[in-house]
Amino acid sequence: MTEVLPADNNRRIALVDLLDRVLGGGVVITGDITLSIADVDLVIVSLRTLISSVGSLLPDDDDDGGGYV
Amino acid sequence: MANAGPFHRNAWSLRMSSEGDGVWLYAIIAAESAGGVVDGLSGVAGEEIRLVAADGLAAVVGTVPLYEFGAEPLRRHLEDLDWLATKARAHDAVISAIARCGPVVPVTMATVYLDDKRVRTVLNTRHGEFLAALDRVTGRDELGVKAYADPSILASRDEPSPQKSGERRSGTAYLMKRKRELSSQEHAYRAAAAEAERLHAALMKHAVDGKRKPASDPSLSGRDNWTVLNGTYLVEKSGEDDFRKAVAALQETTAGIELEITGPWPPYSFAGDVMNA
Repeated sequence: MTEVLPADNNRRIALVDLLDRVLGGGVVITGDITLSIADVDLVIVSLRTLISSVGSLLPDDDDDGGGYV
Repeated sequence: MANAGPFHRNAWSLRMSSEGDGVWLYAIIAAESAGGVVDGLSGVAGEEIRLVAADGLAAVVGTVPLYEFGAEPLRRHLEDLDWLATKARAHDAVISAIARCGPVVPVTMATVYLDDKRVRTVLNTRHGEFLAALDRVTGRDELGVKAYADPSILASRDEPSPQKSGERRSGTAYLMKRKRELSSQEHAYRAAAAEAERLHAALMKHAVDGKRKPASDPSLSGRDNWTVLNGTYLVEKSGEDDFRKAVAALQETTAGIELEITGPWPPYSFAGDVMNA
C-alpha cells in the first residue's frame, strides 16, 4: 500500500470521511462474519472518546461564550 | 487456503472460526471487466487480492487469517483506532484501485466468509441486485461535500449582536448576556439549517443522486466550526468538472461557510441503495 497511485495524490483522506464510507457505506451483505450496526456505533463511540481525550490535553479556549457543541 | 467444506450455520462453528482462514470481501464487479484488475494488489492482511467468479460476476476477495479477522478478534480490534485506520485504508485502497479500472460495487468493510463456495452462493443468489447496482454506478463517481460554518458569522449575519464592551459581571448582566447568547445561537442554528438546505439543493442539480449524511461530531472532524452539511453525491465522471465548478461558485456566494470537497470516491454511499430497495 506504499505505492502512490495518481488518483490518491489529490485525495488526502481524513479518517472520519473514510470510516464514514467504508463502515457506513458499501453494500451490506450478510457474511459468515460481519460487523453489525451496533459494532459500528461502538467504533464511533471509541473514536469520540479517543479524540476528546486528546482534545482535553490542549489549552482551554478562553472564550466563555463558545459553548457550541 | 479457505476450507471448501460444508458450512455449519451455528454458533459453535463461528466460535471455532478463529482458526484457519476466511475470505474477506472487498467488492463486486462484472466478470467481463475483471481481467487483470487485481494483479499486484494486496489487501487488509497484506494478502494477494484474487477473484471468485460466478454467474457473470466476480467477487474481489483476499484470504485472511481468522485469528485476526474472525468474529471475536474483529470485535476486539475495533477498539484499536490504529488497527481500524490501517485496515480501513487498505480496504479502500483495493476498492479504489479496482474502481479506476471500471464499475465497482464496494462492500462494507469487514464482511468475511468462511470459504469461496459461500462467496459464490452470494453471487448466485443476489445476481440481479448486483447487476442493477453495477448498472447504477457505471461511469459515475462519488464526491463528498462538507460545509463548515462559523457560528458567530452566521449568528450576526442579519442580527448584529448587541455587545456592550464595559458590561459588568453582575448576576443580571450575566443572565442578559446568556440570554442573548442562547438567542443568537438559536438564530445561527436556523441560519445554518437554511444554508445547508440551499447548498444541498444547488448541488443536487449537478448530480445523479445525493444524500445528506449525519454531521460528524466537531471533535471528530477536528474543527471548531459546525458541519452544517455532510453531503455526498453520485456524479457522472464526465460531469465532475462541472460539479467542482458548481461547488466553487457556491463558495463564492456563501459568506461565513467553508465548503470542502472530498473524492472522487468509489460509490460507497450509492451502491447499496439497490440492495436495500
